[in-house]
Amino acid sequence: MTTTLPAAPPPGHPQPFTGTYTLGEPGQIDAEGVCAWFSGRLVLETVNLTMEKSKVTALIGPSGCGKSTFLRILNRMHEVVPGAQLAGSVKLDGMDIYGAGQRAMETRRHIGMVFQKPNPFPAMTIAENVLAGLKFSRISPASKDDLIEESLTKGGLWNEVKDRLGELGGALSGGQQQRLCIARSLAVKPRVLLMDEPCSALDPTSTLRIEQTIKEIADEVTVVIVTHNMQQAQRVSDYCAFFLAEENQPGRVIEAGRTELIFGEPTDQRTFDYVNGQFG
Amino acid sequence: MSPDSISQTAPEGVLVTTTSASTQSNPVVPDPRTPQPVPDPVGTVPPTPSAPRPRRLPTPIRPSAFGAQDVAVLVGAAVSSLCLVWIVFYQLTSLSGGLGFLICWYLAFLGLTWFGTAQVIERQVATDRVVATIVVSAAMLVVGIIVFIVAWVTYKAVPSIHWGPLFTKDQKYFQVADPNALNTVGILHAIIGTFEQVALAVLIGVPFAVATAIYLNEVRGFGSRTVRTVVTAMSGTPSVVAGVFIYSMLILTHVLSYSGFAASLALVVILLPSVTRVVEEVLRVVPSGLREASQALGAPEWRTVWSVVLPTARSGVVTAVLLGIARIVGETAPLLFTAFGSQLINWNAFSSDQGALPLVIWSDVRQAQPVLIDLAFQAAFVLMVLVLILFVLARLFSRPKGKGGKRKANQSEDDFMARIFIPIPIEERES
Repeated sequence: MTTTLPAAPPPGHPQPFTGTYTLGEPGQIDAEGVCAWFSGRLVLETVNLTMEKSKVTALIGPSGCGKSTFLRILNRMHEVVPGAQLAGSVKLDGMDIYGAGQRAMETRRHIGMVFQKPNPFPAMTIAENVLAGLKFSRISPASKDDLIEESLTKGGLWNEVKDRLGELGGALSGGQQQRLCIARSLAVKPRVLLMDEPCSALDPTSTLRIEQTIKEIADEVTVVIVTHNMQQAQRVSDYCAFFLAEENQPGRVIEAGRTELIFGEPTDQRTFDYVNGQFG
Repeated sequence: MSPDSISQTAPEGVLVTTTSASTQSNPVVPDPRTPQPVPDPVGTVPPTPSAPRPRRLPTPIRPSAFGAQDVAVLVGAAVSSLCLVWIVFYQLTSLSGGLGFLICWYLAFLGLTWFGTAQVIERQVATDRVVATIVVSAAMLVVGIIVFIVAWVTYKAVPSIHWGPLFTKDQKYFQVADPNALNTVGILHAIIGTFEQVALAVLIGVPFAVATAIYLNEVRGFGSRTVRTVVTAMSGTPSVVAGVFIYSMLILTHVLSYSGFAASLALVVILLPSVTRVVEEVLRVVPSGLREASQALGAPEWRTVWSVVLPTARSGVVTAVLLGIARIVGETAPLLFTAFGSQLINWNAFSSDQGALPLVIWSDVRQAQPVLIDLAFQAAFVLMVLVLILFVLARLFSRPKGKGGKRKANQSEDDFMARIFIPIPIEERES
């Protein structure tokens, strides 16, 4: 039923989490046999998917097909939900993040996340928001100012806010807030950045701006993005995985592969119907 | 004309509109933005399209507004019901009693309001109007009672106040026969006592209350439902029971003597549940997205609470504490067998009995000496002002403040802040 990405997963170079944050090398995520339950109800069945290093992988599919659940499994945010269970393994550069002795907090520093609704911390200034992740991990960077500038530049926000770093994060517009959240996630130098419909609460201009940002950061961090917007998936992603939950069935990956193939020559009829808007 | 035909037939650079198409016979294409003057039949007056015209706006009305007719119906109902009830009450049935008269007048007023409105407008509106009248008069009654209490205490207290001695002296030199005793007595001992007892209660109680609220809302640990039930039940504890509890547990067993500290422990019992509930309410409206964002950055749970949740809810927590203080500052019953009440200044809250403002009111207002009764009313006035200051502070803190004052009004942010502060249950102070 599930298809792995066409490029065979490279052997990977297992490396233990070093716990240092000097440089975030982009990482590769291999999900094997991932299943998910909410309160005993199976919502996601046996997903095998490889998210290539330094690439943008888009997860597409209709609502309720388990894309977001899968995304949250990738950085152990799934287990935060009461009643949530899962099975299978998720490997970051060959290291199972659900393995014995792996701590969720540690994993989340390596695999960051941007949420659907922009959520800068309202009690913190823009600068403090960017540094929040480091503060939480009790890490002091060599130069705070440099890190703030670097992260905000990567997030595509530096020019707009460089003179008002002391203002509260809530003072920004929705699109700027979302880019601030991206900058905040990038400041801890993650290897992978997960994005859960990052543009669904934004207007088209802000959406375009964030897509630009995604393309710019893809060199430095592997991106996995959930989106309902087919054009967006086509514009930003290198790889694409189509999720579908048929009636009374858990969500499954129907097809996965290079984006142009998924959209150009899908092998499955259901994928064809979905990407062409003839969803049935 | 379809858009296609426009682009095909129109020469480049010429904007073709349906207006020009329909006025092809007329060589002058009217500019739709400037008002066209009525053509002069003789043709001697040149058109002056740019002449400024005064803008005439229609008078705004609100169709649902309360008009003169409605006022007339209400006033008419009030006057005629007064006359009617007066005749029936005093002339026909020779009843008596002011309260009964007022109640009958009010009921007759409601009936006549309904009848009058039904005559003038219609029955549906009449029912609506009567219900509105009941609601408005109930609200006015409550406000009236509060205003009356405040005004009465002020009236009884302020004329006899000797400000200097009031705030600098205790009741040590009170002499029964002295008509100018108010020059020699004051309530400094009670102010000191209340201040120390409340401060100690807040220092002890607030950390526990905040911790409990965090346990209930953030940790959601085992038994949090039981804890919530207990806290809710505890907030209904009669305050005298809190006093008896401390008295029997700590004072009768000689762990503590009568002291301000024992009183503050009793106050903690009152303070804990009320502050816990308000803080929990405040924490609940912190968007869960913020907690997720914090966790996704790799923050441990305590970090999320300490660095994200509490700062976000900070002003709400401050409000909760201030309201908690306002709640306990006037408590009398818990102090009766704990602070015990002293008429002398006692700075040390940890040894021997101590005065308090509510205790001064409680003990002095029952005395036979007018001077002491005056003093009790003055203490009540000071207490009232104290509570008023606390509420004003609570309101001020509840207003969100941005750093540098340059914060833009953000709708969702405002909604969030409004949600924090509107649902706070401001409990009626018992005692």
